[in-house]
Amino acid sequence: MPLEFSAQSRARVEKALAQYPNKQAALLPVLHIAQDEFGHLPDEALELVARTLELAPAHVFGVITFYTMFHREKHGRNELMVCTNVSCMLRGAYDMLHYLEKKLGIKAGESTPDGAFALVEEECLAACANAPMMICGNQYYLDLTEKKLDTIIDDLRKRWQEGKASMPGGGGSPTRTLFGVGPVPGSKA
Amino acid sequence: MGWEQAKDVKIVTKNFGVADSHRLSVYQQRGGGAAFRKALSMPAVAIVDEVKKSNLRGRGGAGFPTGLKWSFIPKEAKTVYLVVNADESEPGTCKDRELLAFDPHLLIEGMMIASYALGCQHAYIYIRGEMIREAEIVEMAIEEAYAAGLLGKDQAGASGTFKLNITLHRGAGAYICGEETGLLNSLEGKRGWPRLKPPFPAVKGLFQAPTVVNNVETLMNLPDILTKGGEWFANLGMGKSGGTRIVCVSGHVAKPGVYELPMGIPFKNLIYDVCGGIPNGRQLKGLIPGGSSMPPLDASELDVPIEFDALGTDPRIKDVEIKPGVPFDMGGGKRLKTMAGSGGIVVFDDSTDVVALCARIMKFYAHESCGQCTPCREGSGWLARVCARVARGEGEVGDIDLMANIANGIAGNTICALGEATAWPMLGFLTKFRADFEAKLAKARAA
Repeated sequence: MPLEFSAQSRARVEKALAQYPNKQAALLPVLHIAQDEFGHLPDEALELVARTLELAPAHVFGVITFYTMFHREKHGRNELMVCTNVSCMLRGAYDMLHYLEKKLGIKAGESTPDGAFALVEEECLAACANAPMMICGNQYYLDLTEKKLDTIIDDLRKRWQEGKASMPGGGGSPTRTLFGVGPVPGSKA
Repeated sequence: MGWEQAKDVKIVTKNFGVADSHRLSVYQQRGGGAAFRKALSMPAVAIVDEVKKSNLRGRGGAGFPTGLKWSFIPKEAKTVYLVVNADESEPGTCKDRELLAFDPHLLIEGMMIASYALGCQHAYIYIRGEMIREAEIVEMAIEEAYAAGLLGKDQAGASGTFKLNITLHRGAGAYICGEETGLLNSLEGKRGWPRLKPPFPAVKGLFQAPTVVNNVETLMNLPDILTKGGEWFANLGMGKSGGTRIVCVSGHVAKPGVYELPMGIPFKNLIYDVCGGIPNGRQLKGLIPGGSSMPPLDASELDVPIEFDALGTDPRIKDVEIKPGVPFDMGGGKRLKTMAGSGGIVVFDDSTDVVALCARIMKFYAHESCGQCTPCREGSGWLARVCARVARGEGEVGDIDLMANIANGIAGNTICALGEATAWPMLGFLTKFRADFEAKLAKARAA
């Protein structure tokens, strides 16, 4: 049974299509809409997007896999994106990442088995003056400390249990990792 | 004007700290909108001249003169696009995110002025995918502007009827989409692969039409240039760089932050007067002057003014070398010092493992290489691996020369500047902090 957009998503798709002189240009917005609705972009969602925009599925696949924010696999609902790039690294970002790994019992690049959290080592997120920092959903968490992380995780877990996650979707399989070059000193792993 | 005289001038951050500065009503109460009304009373070509006179240069990193960029649009063009590059991703840079969150209407007014001057009827803002909250704020601002009739409605101007639509377009996580032709491909629904130039976007850009791509901060300078004049703006600056400059200072300083400062303030004054110096009783070891793509400076090079041309030519900055005594050739014998880049200044103190820092930068470029060109795709991975093993104390004899050779083989041999963005910091760190790399290798040999 092929996937279809909900009426609400369909309206968002129509609005996106009106912004561009051709259908292909609406691909990124429509992929965001599909991921918002389905949580990730399995083959069925990919085919739905290709059908909607009259594009080859191979083209849509190429685009999905080019961008780090699109997920082909199920993904923890609260995606903790911890920046470890230079400005954050200089102010203890790897300590924050390792603290979260220990606290959640997973490695960066994995999701918790209950699907509540995905932990991602992220590149610069443009909040360098407030390092170390991370993003979850539409929220920036700045000037992180271990104590702050305790409060943030408790709060996100509570909201998740109440059915209010920062991101749609669900599941618990590995997500993604940064380019594998072996650990950089300071990262301990 | 020397930088001391322009100390208190705020152009793009003038509404920071004002309650609800992102709302149209607050923006208009504070005088917003007057510049666009003035623009409408002028012929389009006069606006381009005023921007040329102002010495406004692109704030995304390259520092290209904005008025000149605009003048490349063919006169007979029927469809012209303005695209705002809000894909801020250069490590160490965090200004556009704050500008978008605090003053989206200043950006919209800047876009309206630019669009009127260029004959653009549909402008796109390409915002970084991760900036979800900022996208919500900008989307709300666009809706306010439509509701107020500023967008989507005919307005009479000296150069004819003007009507502008603005679309916010979210990226999805790819550093390379900050490169203007990679951005255009991404906006067209493709992978963000940079395009071969020429043709330049001014001739064949978005949807094959003449296109101007400008950075957020660049466009936000336009309203004040219109109301106060290009000459006023040019006089604020230094040499051929008009206006103020936003710097994002991060790393080991007492007061990191996003500061709007006079063009040409020296690094020393920025770090010790504005940012409160180096904390924890430490000494400064070096800094990255304009985002992680730019070769670093060491502690002896801090008297140089932060200005586009000075950082490329000031004799107090050492040339970047491929080995001691052999300068790197940028082409035609041109030597490399550094560049002002995106304004992202990352300061590191004498406790820093500089080799590990460099390895982290290489890991970034290896991750972000789009994969089109072999020298960058393969070379960035090699650099990341070799630099990481040297940093871990597992380096091998000859690794320093190996890294320099790889970097030298990438630069100049790729479609876009990501090749240089990888090679320049590698060669820069090797030139300025060679002793740190040698110490790591000596330790590895002893082990």
